[in-house]
Amino acid sequence: MKSVKITKIIKVGQDSFLLSFKRDFEFVAGQVIGINIGEAQPARLYSIASGSSEEEIKILFNLKDDGYLTPRLAVGKPGDTIQISPPFGRFVCNEKEAYWIASGTGIAPFASMIFSGIAERKILIHGSRFLSNFYFQNEIAPIMEARYIRCCSAESGEGIYSGRLTQYLREQENLAIDNKYYLCGSAEMVVDTRDILISKGIPYENIIAEIYF
Amino acid sequence: MEKENLFGKTLNELQEICSRLGLPRYSARQISEWLYQKELWGIDGMTNLSLKNRTILKEQFNLGITLHSKVQESVDGTKKYLFPTKTNKFIEAAYIPETDRATLCVSSQIGCKMGCLFCMTGKQGFQGNLTSGEILNQVKALPEREMLSNIVYMGMGEPLDNTEEVLKSLEIFTSEWGFGMSPKKITVSTIGIIPALETFLNRSDCHLAISLHTPFDDERRKLMPIQNVYPIEDVIQFVKQFDWAKQRRVSIEYIMFKGLNDTSRHVNQLARLLNGLKCRINLIRFHPIPDTPLESTEVNDIITFRDKLNAKGITATLRRSRGEDIYAACGMLSTKELLKKDKTDY
Repeated sequence: MKSVKITKIIKVGQDSFLLSFKRDFEFVAGQVIGINIGEAQPARLYSIASGSSEEEIKILFNLKDDGYLTPRLAVGKPGDTIQISPPFGRFVCNEKEAYWIASGTGIAPFASMIFSGIAERKILIHGSRFLSNFYFQNEIAPIMEARYIRCCSAESGEGIYSGRLTQYLREQENLAIDNKYYLCGSAEMVVDTRDILISKGIPYENIIAEIYF
Repeated sequence: MEKENLFGKTLNELQEICSRLGLPRYSARQISEWLYQKELWGIDGMTNLSLKNRTILKEQFNLGITLHSKVQESVDGTKKYLFPTKTNKFIEAAYIPETDRATLCVSSQIGCKMGCLFCMTGKQGFQGNLTSGEILNQVKALPEREMLSNIVYMGMGEPLDNTEEVLKSLEIFTSEWGFGMSPKKITVSTIGIIPALETFLNRSDCHLAISLHTPFDDERRKLMPIQNVYPIEDVIQFVKQFDWAKQRRVSIEYIMFKGLNDTSRHVNQLARLLNGLKCRINLIRFHPIPDTPLESTEVNDIITFRDKLNAKGITATLRRSRGEDIYAACGMLSTKELLKKDKTDY
């Protein structure tokens, strides 16, 4: 673990925050880093949400009131020190075509992939309960255009599918059997989505899920 | 304010409580004996504490022991108990009697985050961590507790995703002021979260089991998302650093899937991966769960696989299936009971 100084923390949705610090290492879009404050608790893992060439590393996190780390991070300010691990993990996408399916802050690795320039011929489906939780949508929409599907289960909005992303997927008739499907989000989303994809004839070996601690 | 539970507190925590409430320091040990070594169903039953001190305790604490709400019994004697949690969810514990031992398979979380393709618990998603008290309660409230000889952390949840509460429960199970069990009678099973594994191996003497299921990276990634973060090669290399030649054991859990992980190629790769690690492989028949694309390897093919491993000098055994008629695999009962999620992130 090494120490870095926070450059920015902003609230980006209901109970969610975006933390930034200066990048001084290489990483592959989709990788995670461990983050900690002090050594009282083990580091927690977060996907990097920024592009691999950006000057800053960005980390998207949900505030967990009963947690150790996120309540401290949420009240952090520029100049505060945190500890980070080197980047690691292999939730990386090397395919030319793929579906990226995320819920909530599970958008982070896909945001990193998009901002790293590998979004061409990918389809991004992002599910959220609230409109305010479509993180990075202003940056993602111009890049992904019609290949960016937002599904909102608790609110309605223009250009937004009303309902859960699992409902959206159930309604799809032409999901590509041979494509890879990358999933990142809550365990419920991952297992529900995986069951739906398998029921639609997608081989399970084409479905790759990220752990979402 | 909601009262805390006494059950699940360590001796140190009980000493702090006694100090805070003005009880004599020795009362902590008296309380721990009542909690973990005697039959007790209320603070009033702690009769070697003064009435005044029992009243003080009752004002701030509940006992925290909960009876099971449901039980299913298999024709083979296996019993599956369903326990309510403080968050109004359900967890399960499977009691497995055999001729020479009786094992309880305990849960450590409500649901699970790990999302393994073959696991029923994962279908619930993750609903929360159990407290040490809720883990211990599965043993304390077990009707067959007197017959119990072994505990395995192989029920719902990933124990090393709830490390501190699991370690606290292990301390209470194995301390002379607690349940007084030998750590050699307790096994913690994990899919291999390396930092938490290090904590567990340094702070506990209990046995370790690793859910491996295939030695090949690309296959394991499709079965177990954890492979993206902590590859099994790294987990095994890490575990090899510890001394397994003495009393502490490491075992490898290997569920057998037809056509997926049951070939000679897998035998050879397992032999390479586990080379230098003193361990045993438990081969497990897969009990299909709803909507699964996976099938179980035929028993004869499992026996052939076992024999090939044994021929390579790896001790492998076929674990006898138990409680099939009551869905004894983890998560089956509570998932059927619960299933509705009150809140999701999508």
